[in-house]
Amino acid sequence: MAGTIKPRDAKELRQAVEWALNDGVTLDVRGQGSKLALGKPMICDQVLDVSGISGIVDYAPEELVVTLRAGTPIREVEALLAQRNQMLAFEPPDLGPLLGRETGQGTLVGAVMGNLAGPRRLSAGAARDHLLGFSGVNGRGEAFKSGGKVMKNVTGYDLSKLLAGSWGTLAVLDEVSVKVLPAPDQTRTLLLHGLSDEAAVKAMCAAMGSPYEVSGAACIKDRTALRLEGVAPSVEARLKGLRDLLAATGAPMEELGTLESRTFWRDVRDVAPLSSARDTVVWKISCPPTEGPAIVARIKAQRPSVEAFYDWSGGLIWLALPSNADADQAIVRGALGSTGGHATLIRGTDGVRARIPVFQPQPAALAALASRVKESFDPKGLFNPGRMG
Amino acid sequence: MQMPPLDPAILARRSEIVAALRALVPGEGVIDDLEGMRPYECDALSAYRQMPLVVVLPETVAQVSAILRYCQDNKVKVVPRGAGTSLSGGSMPVGDAILLGLGKFNRVLEIDYANRCARVQPGVTNLGISKAVEHEGFYYAPDPSSQIACSIGGNVAENSGGVHCLKYGLTTNNLLGIEMVLMTGEVVRLGGKHLDSEGYDLLGLMTGSEGLLGVVTEVTVRLLRKPSTARAVLLGFPTEAGAADCVAAVIASGIIPGGMEMMDKDAVKCAEAYVGAGYPMDAEGLLIVELDGPAVEVDYLVERVSGIARDRGATTVRVSHDEQERVLFWAGRKAAFPAVGQISPDYMCLDGSVPRGRLVEVLAEMRQMSKKHGLRVVNVFHAGDGNLHPLILFDANDPGELKRAEEFGADILRLCVRVGGVLTGEHGVGIEKRDLMGEQFTEIDLDQQMRVKCAFDPDHLLNPGKVFPKLRRCAELGRLVVHQNKIPFPDIPRF
Repeated sequence: MAGTIKPRDAKELRQAVEWALNDGVTLDVRGQGSKLALGKPMICDQVLDVSGISGIVDYAPEELVVTLRAGTPIREVEALLAQRNQMLAFEPPDLGPLLGRETGQGTLVGAVMGNLAGPRRLSAGAARDHLLGFSGVNGRGEAFKSGGKVMKNVTGYDLSKLLAGSWGTLAVLDEVSVKVLPAPDQTRTLLLHGLSDEAAVKAMCAAMGSPYEVSGAACIKDRTALRLEGVAPSVEARLKGLRDLLAATGAPMEELGTLESRTFWRDVRDVAPLSSARDTVVWKISCPPTEGPAIVARIKAQRPSVEAFYDWSGGLIWLALPSNADADQAIVRGALGSTGGHATLIRGTDGVRARIPVFQPQPAALAALASRVKESFDPKGLFNPGRMG
Repeated sequence: MQMPPLDPAILARRSEIVAALRALVPGEGVIDDLEGMRPYECDALSAYRQMPLVVVLPETVAQVSAILRYCQDNKVKVVPRGAGTSLSGGSMPVGDAILLGLGKFNRVLEIDYANRCARVQPGVTNLGISKAVEHEGFYYAPDPSSQIACSIGGNVAENSGGVHCLKYGLTTNNLLGIEMVLMTGEVVRLGGKHLDSEGYDLLGLMTGSEGLLGVVTEVTVRLLRKPSTARAVLLGFPTEAGAADCVAAVIASGIIPGGMEMMDKDAVKCAEAYVGAGYPMDAEGLLIVELDGPAVEVDYLVERVSGIARDRGATTVRVSHDEQERVLFWAGRKAAFPAVGQISPDYMCLDGSVPRGRLVEVLAEMRQMSKKHGLRVVNVFHAGDGNLHPLILFDANDPGELKRAEEFGADILRLCVRVGGVLTGEHGVGIEKRDLMGEQFTEIDLDQQMRVKCAFDPDHLLNPGKVFPKLRRCAELGRLVVHQNKIPFPDIPRF
């Protein structure tokens, strides 16, 4: 069992990395470790635990920015924002239950490192779109920063985009500034019953292409759900517009109020429909929305027991398959065909994740470029070695 | 502002390089005569100009790939160029570099309404995308003021913004994918019609990389449905502080307007004299707040914003009643730059970002600087996101004035950084702010950025002389001295 180093501030963090660099020690970088079961299993010499570098540094609601230390629990951030009727608009999912852990764990920076996003990804973007700037330590043991605390900033390369979704493999962060947005007054959901996958995706795409500002479009079994958020008179008017637009589908419609809607979309966000069965692997596919049903159909043709649901208007497919030696990766990735999308194994045993690529393999030129980018931050491969394999 | 010295060895090989390019791009795609190259000698930062070594205008991705591979093999520098509308000198030519123009890549390749995206070549103009889809009620959201001329490839390079960024984001938030060519000639695709990248977000890195990492040959943008209604509110305040307070109060109340622009008294005067938009001449600070969405929502928000403004002492509250009036409210703001051009022989447009809460203090200090430098300054800005566009008025025919204007501009940008802001909000660093990068970043910060550059362009051939004040060789940047086991374990909790 590897030992753990737990720095208390940015200076100690830098010292820890400098020491690791000089002793050739690889580091398993983590906050609360809530997403350890996601990504390639790693064998590291030491755990670098940043949860001790925690706390809100600055929160200015009228600036729409919160600055916080890397170990700050996401729950603490969300509670703070809620006091001022604001939110993390990218709706970071709580993957705890899916990954066999408790709910409510994890740090905000952990969610950023996975570039996670919930149903509002469609209209508000992912974590990448909300990370304004950061400071941290690279694999040379140097403290550096990028970005800033303002909304509009094109000074130098946008390294925030690179860090978001890097799963801790490029640098260890100690502080981030994140854009926040007002929370909506009202949330309503229009449910359409009984549509086929194709008809559901068609309805969702029509809704997304309408002027009714839909902020969530998901389809679970035969229920197609469209979310509307905002001030009451606007939500009412848009609901009516959507009903008229989709009347031609012939589907029976139902509305969910604010509270019911919140529960419904939290379940979509946290992949609740696939969380309970423990003996399945879970894949996440990102694809062009209209390709979703065909991809699922191709998988179903070979694995009839597959369970799937759609988010992001059909562009995000969550799939559960019975566990086996290779998580059926050839079938799942093969089903993408030429759509240009990608498939990530989100839940699988250590053994399966060690055997197959967890993240979508890239063409040679792109993979070589990505590995040069990794080297430009972490030349000795200290941070989370192999995690993005 | 100094550009790197020209390499005499490359200049001596000019005819050989031109001949090699002619073999790659047939016909009129290679321009090497002075008259033909003249239109390319500068971009929209026209105070600085230099003739390129030669201009090449490829038509296919294969040609771009062959040109870059040739340049890599022969260590010839390359400056990529879209429409040449950069305000920071991002596409300014360099005398010992090929100017690679993407103007012939001007086709819309595919419009996919169901997936709400368009696949276009990089030379298509920003407005051209919206024009191609407007009959179906769609548009492309980022709207830089040069949108009639600027190319989408240039927008990717600069991560361009516009007046609607607060609500709809910058270029980076509205891109789904690109195809690009590396210096090796390799063609890679990042993203596509789906969301989020499968590995590192290189698409996000490329956006705003100012042509230093690769040459974009195709762009997939997200399309949005046009809001069904838009109305503008004109708000005049007796003090700038009142206007700034109103901006903060609107946002704190949970409203994110489609656009929220501020103009100071001098800008209002210039604009009013130029287009007669009906602006209140007694206002020290003028806001134009645009609200868009379904009609009931817009009506509701117009009332709320008007109420907030009255509470903050607005002396003018006017709501546009029809599309014509809305356009008129904007006409003054949109004409602010040419309007200023009417009262001064030349002006320099700056582009810093500051936290909104520091706006009033920054304006006051800017006026002090104006006195110190003996040059007038007029202010228009994207108040919603704290992005300032101070216009410094000067006369380029007076040799001392350009230098004073540059110094004044540098002082303003240093001020932006000092109050917690940044050097550039949407125009890019280019050559204009290159030498100020040290104000915002440490040497380590800049070294890390240059190492990323080395991962794409190890010989620093792409867009030389831009962004980085001091370019260090990649071999030097990559050196790593490790004191094996010489550093004692620091005094940090461990278990």
